Order: sequence, then C-alpha cells, then structure tokens
Amino acid sequence: MKQQDPRLLVQPAPLLKQPLTTSMAMFDVLLALAPATLAGIWFFGLGALLILLASVAGALLTEWTFLPADQRRGQIANGSALVTGLLLGLSLPPSLPLWMAFLGGVASIGLGKLIWGGLGYNLFNPALVGRAFLLAAFPVAMTTWSAQTGPADFFQLASSNLAAPLMHADYDGLSSATPLGLMKFQQESTPLWELVIGKTSGCIGETSGLLLILGGLFLAFRRDLDWRIPVSILLTVAILATLLFLIDPTRYPDPIFAVFAGSLLFGAIYMASDPVTSPITPRGAWIFGIGVGLLVVLIRYFGGFPEGVMYAILLMNAATPLIDRYSQPRVFGKGLESARSGHE
Amino acid sequence: MSKPRADAYQEFIKGLWRENPVFAQVLGMCPMLAVTNSAVNALAMGGATFFVLVASSLLVATLKRWIPRQVRISTYVIIIATFVTVTDYTLQALIPEIHKELGAFIPLIVANCLILGRQESFASRQPVRLALMDAAGMGAGFLFALLALGSVREVLGEGAWFGIDLFGPGFEPWVIMILPPGGFLTLGLLLLLFSWIAERRQRLAERLAELETQTR
Repeated sequence: MKQQDPRLLVQPAPLLKQPLTTSMAMFDVLLALAPATLAGIWFFGLGALLILLASVAGALLTEWTFLPADQRRGQIANGSALVTGLLLGLSLPPSLPLWMAFLGGVASIGLGKLIWGGLGYNLFNPALVGRAFLLAAFPVAMTTWSAQTGPADFFQLASSNLAAPLMHADYDGLSSATPLGLMKFQQESTPLWELVIGKTSGCIGETSGLLLILGGLFLAFRRDLDWRIPVSILLTVAILATLLFLIDPTRYPDPIFAVFAGSLLFGAIYMASDPVTSPITPRGAWIFGIGVGLLVVLIRYFGGFPEGVMYAILLMNAATPLIDRYSQPRVFGKGLESARSGHE
Repeated sequence: MSKPRADAYQEFIKGLWRENPVFAQVLGMCPMLAVTNSAVNALAMGGATFFVLVASSLLVATLKRWIPRQVRISTYVIIIATFVTVTDYTLQALIPEIHKELGAFIPLIVANCLILGRQESFASRQPVRLALMDAAGMGAGFLFALLALGSVREVLGEGAWFGIDLFGPGFEPWVIMILPPGGFLTLGLLLLLFSWIAERRQRLAERLAELETQTR
C-alpha cells in the first residue's frame, strides 16, 4: 500500500522537477498581456474587445473541432489556443470586420498549429501564420487603420466591424496612418510620449510600449521567455537604426522611434520568444534575435512595407531548426580535438 | 453483368476515386496548381488533358506490339506530343481567350507525368479496351480534381463560379486564393479531406466485416 508520508522515498530520476507546466506558462502570458489588452480596449473601444473575442472564438472552435475527442478537454484547458487567439487579435487593426478576425483565428490554429501535429510541433508562430493569411487574403482591410476613439466613444462601433460574413466592409470613421506609415510615406515623426503610452493608431495591442515592456519583464523574471531573444532583437534594431540615423538624420528616424513605433516591441517580446518556434540554445537565441532585427530594419527602411516584424519573425522561424542544429553547445569533457576527429 | 464488362467498369471507376491521379497518386501537380485560379480554366485544362490521355492510350495500346522496348519512352512522348499539338491548335481556334490564359501550360501537357505514367504502366501492357477505360477514368479523375480546386479558388477568390456572380457586389474577395499560395493551401486542404473520407470508409468497411464474422 502507498504510504502518505513515507520515511524513505525511493524514486527514479529526475528527482528535482520544475513546477512549470504548459498551462502555467500560458497563464503567465495571459497575465503579462492583460495590461496591454486592457489598454487596447480602452483606446479603441468596444470594437477592439469584439475583435479579440472573435479571434479567440475562432481559435478555440477550430481547436475543439479538429482535435480527437479524448484530447479536447486537456488541450483547451492548457490555454495555448486562447493565447494564440489573443495574440492574433492584438495584432489586428481595430476596424477589421469581425468575421475576418474569426477567420484569422481559424487559420492560426488550423494552418499554424494543428496541421503540423499540434502544440509543440509547429514550425511557425501560429498567431503570425493567421495574421499573414489575413494580410495576404484581405490586404486593404488589414492595412486600414482607424483613429483612436477614446473612452468617450467607447460604445460606438465602427460599421466596418459589423460587416456581414464574406462581405466587404464600409469604412465610415476617420482612418489615420500609423506612426511608421507617417514616417515612411510622409517623413513625419510622432512624439515619443505618445508612442510610449500608446496614443497612436495601429494594431489593438501594439501601441503602448510601456505596458508591453512591463509584461515582458514579468515574463522574463518568471523565466517564461528567453530574455536573449527580445533583447537581441531590440539591440540589433537600435544599433542599426542609430547607424542609419547618423548617416542621414533627415531620411531615417531616430533609434528610439524605431524601437517604440509599430509592432516591434509586441513582436519581439510576445511573438518571437514563443518557445516552440525559437531556438532553444542560448547561442541560437542570439543568432535568431539578430536575424529578426536585421530583417526588420531591411524591410522597414529598404522594402516596400512600412512594417516588417511579422515577416521577419516568420522567416527566422523557418531558420530555427537549422540554428538549433549548428548552435549545439560543446559536450562537457569533449574538446575540439575529439570533435574534429569525429568528422573524419 | 458479364466478367469483361465488370473489369472494364473497374478500370474506369478506380481513376475517379480510389486511384485518383491527384488525390491518391499526387501526380500532375504543375498544371494542378498553375491554372486552377478559376473554374473555366480548370475545365479547359482538365478537358485537354483528358483528350490527350485517352487518345494517346488508345494509340499506344494499339501499337504496343510494334514499339521496340528500347525506344518505348521516346515513342510515347512523340505520340503524346502529337495529340498535345492537336489540342493546342484546336483550343486556339475555338476558345482563344482561355487558350491565352492557359499559356505555356497547354504545350506542357506533354511533360505531365500522369499521361506518360499511364502509357508505361497500363496502356502498353493491356488490351485496347481496358486501356481506353483506364485512360478515361484517370482523365475524368484528373478533370474532377482540377474542377474541385478551381471551383473553391474561384468562389472564394472572386465570389463567382464559372463567371457567375454568387454573392452580389458586396463580396470581399480573398486575394490569396487567386495567388499561388491559395493553390497550395486549397490542394492541401482537399488532400486532407480526401484522406479523411478514405480513412472513414475503410474503417466502416472493417467494422462491417467484423460484424459479419460475429453474426456468423
């Protein structure tokens, strides 16, 4: 019989277990995202909340539909589909029709996760797959940004949000360019203070730099993300932006703007650091982050799009298995000598 | 039904479903992905391939006794190329707009591995009658697959089917469906659907067989 409080407990190794489980990590991410999410709803009104709900509903429904019946309960309870749906919703423009947000949730889980074999097997970040699908399918709706409504008009819904499924959206409200769009096409900067607190147009969750960093620090201290990835991305972008700014300050924005504008903080902290789709070795994390930062700068400054965080992360996701393979740490006790002779 | 007729029927029906060239054998992917952005293009391409496949199978099966083994592949290719040229000119004369849209993919039917594969593995070893049924089945299966892909892509990508508007003017087209990624996505999803149905049918058949043995 099994004793409740045995004198001598004999167990096979491992004897020290980490208390971290998938559902705990996902709960931490939800907690870290909460401030930015609430801020997004506060800035963009009821429409933003409905978009988040629609994309989460699409993600959960797809997960439930395509999982085997005996896995449904456990997989949905671990919260990974909820996090994917929320991340996708936060990366959508606030005036997007709800049916597109729902479809994005379906694409995220279906094409981004389940088709690869489920949680832990996907090559690309599911939320970004959903967003890339939406951007390729509905390029106009995905790049129409509405201005912030503010708390006074909280309950005023944009008519574009309520477009019937499969139908075209009519935009009635004022559309306004994002800080990066203003910079790229009109050479117009945005005051730093507005970027830090988030008083700009943009995706629902990406505007408030301060709250995003707070959530990121929380995750880093809880060891839910590898701090090397966001740090290396942000450092790479900051250094390259500084160099370009020093070369031609009239053409290129200052590095602080480069870091705070657009979805760089959101992408670097919450999307790139997804443990499934980023390298597991410390050296690999640095390589991955530098690659993302480099691609972001290349797309933003020399490409056709004002923002390139999504494609940069997706491209580096594809390189992750390769990075992991070539950044394996040296096994202790084995010198370079033996490694070289192993190849012969 | 007499036995030879049942055989011929089997050869025809296998190409439609069980050995469908696209869904089961995954052959002929190049035209499959390239020209299926609308149902009309898919129909024209499928029809052209059907004609070339049936006509070449007929000729190969008829001539098989006189084709030397060493040069059989080049002989098949010449026969196929002949019918492709006939198709090319016919389409150009009858439906010049669609011919223009299909572009290089009509001459490329020559290189369709499905057609050469049927000559090598079936028409050159079987009587003319069976070869004809096999070619018709495979051609129809290919046509069916192309049409399915083209229909999905046109309905979602343009809101229309064979050019007939389905959703009215308010429809928001899914641009991705007309573009190459849409072809890959739709093909993948259709393959998934096909395997799912095939698996279910097999499981059902197994259960029926089990029940039969139990009741016995």
